Amino acid sequence: MGLAKRIIPCLDVTDGRVVKGVNFVALRDAGDPVEIARRYDEQGADELTFLDITASSDNRGLILHIIEEVAAQVFIPLTVGGGVRAVDDVRRLLNAGADKVGINTAAVLNPQLVADASARFGSQCIVVAIDAKQVSAAGEPLRWNVFTHGGRKDTGLDAVAWAIKMESMGAGEILLTSMDRDGTKIGFNLELTRAVADAVGVPVIASGGVGNLDHLVDGVLKGHADAVLAASIFHYGEYSVEQAKRHMAQHGIEMRL
Amino acid sequence: MSSIAVVDYGMGNLRSVAKALEHVAPDARILVTSDAGEIARADRVVFPGVGAMPDCIRELELRHLRKPLIEAAQTKPFLGICLGMQALFDFSEEGHAAGLGVLPGQVKLFPAAAMYDAGGQRLKVPHMGWNEVQQTGAHPMWAGIPDASRFYFVHSYYVEAGHPDMVAAFTLYPFPFTSAVAAKNIFAVQFHPEKSQSAGLRLLANFVTWDGTAAG
Repeated sequence: MGLAKRIIPCLDVTDGRVVKGVNFVALRDAGDPVEIARRYDEQGADELTFLDITASSDNRGLILHIIEEVAAQVFIPLTVGGGVRAVDDVRRLLNAGADKVGINTAAVLNPQLVADASARFGSQCIVVAIDAKQVSAAGEPLRWNVFTHGGRKDTGLDAVAWAIKMESMGAGEILLTSMDRDGTKIGFNLELTRAVADAVGVPVIASGGVGNLDHLVDGVLKGHADAVLAASIFHYGEYSVEQAKRHMAQHGIEMRL
Repeated sequence: MSSIAVVDYGMGNLRSVAKALEHVAPDARILVTSDAGEIARADRVVFPGVGAMPDCIRELELRHLRKPLIEAAQTKPFLGICLGMQALFDFSEEGHAAGLGVLPGQVKLFPAAAMYDAGGQRLKVPHMGWNEVQQTGAHPMWAGIPDASRFYFVHSYYVEAGHPDMVAAFTLYPFPFTSAVAAKNIFAVQFHPEKSQSAGLRLLANFVTWDGTAAG
């Protein structure tokens, strides 16, 4: 009897195809984005997230066509991130049919972009994506920093403080990825997730590291996440979204079934 | 052939509303428009919108749409969605803006102090995601939609209807707030039917055939 926790399959898209890597390398082809989006919709996905990881600027426009095609067939919320640098990029993605736009590196380089975009389009459609990595040594109190450039560059910013700042600048949601865990299948970084989820008043999506359905349960119950995002466990047919939702519901989590 | 005007006033993503209507009513003419004449001529009007109330009212004024919208809301099947629901009321706490005043009531911010669930866990604002919509009674717009179906919400403000008779549904977050209103030819919802998969598409399909009366 209340708001359901959300499962969000994530589609990493490059050059018009869905791919998945481990720790942001070793990309493996997983199929056609429109087909995959339709499949997850049929399985009961609560939202879909597309991350455009296209490297070459020539193919940047491809994501707009993909979103247009998905939005004409799939009637659940769509988030698109990757390469968003200006208010105009946000506008183009929203016009193509995205409901929310993820801002990552550009938020670090120019936090005002978050304020400008949320003032223009409403904070409900601005998701700030934070890639965090543990920087505290063993035995020290846990600390995580914000990384950019696919996890290669330490910004020196504390991830929890950064999430609070992004909320104050107008982020309507935080997509929190643990860079240590991404693609590893050993589960979310629950300490990081909980630290951020408890620190902000906006919803937090946990991402990075899901390898089985118990990890999704932990993300909500122990990580206090409002939504959980996963890619590879769904792409290669290990689990369906529906199985994942039932599993979470069996553990007492409010789900849309 | 029936025509449906989706009012375009620069507030948010109208493409999904239009696409969803095209999906459920392939034979209808869907016009995304800011033209007062087209709104007046359309058989039905959808008033969508996301964003902030003061911007909404300003954009409506800029396009001279206040009067045509009020007229449409008084005369033909009219569907308000999210901000388009909120704007129908007298007043919003968001920016202390006056609304269109078509329906009596106010729009309020979810109060931070009340936002805890029964287990003491903090509830996030915006209210974002799929929540249950509890129907208060039968209405043609609910045809084929089971009571307590989940719809997709994203909002930080909610409607406090001036009259209990117009409440067509409520939703708990954590207290019951008005998630749908019905008043004569107006039906308005806080959630996004265009993003609520099968339940949402059914609601839109119901709107396409609704004659604008409570009896249907």
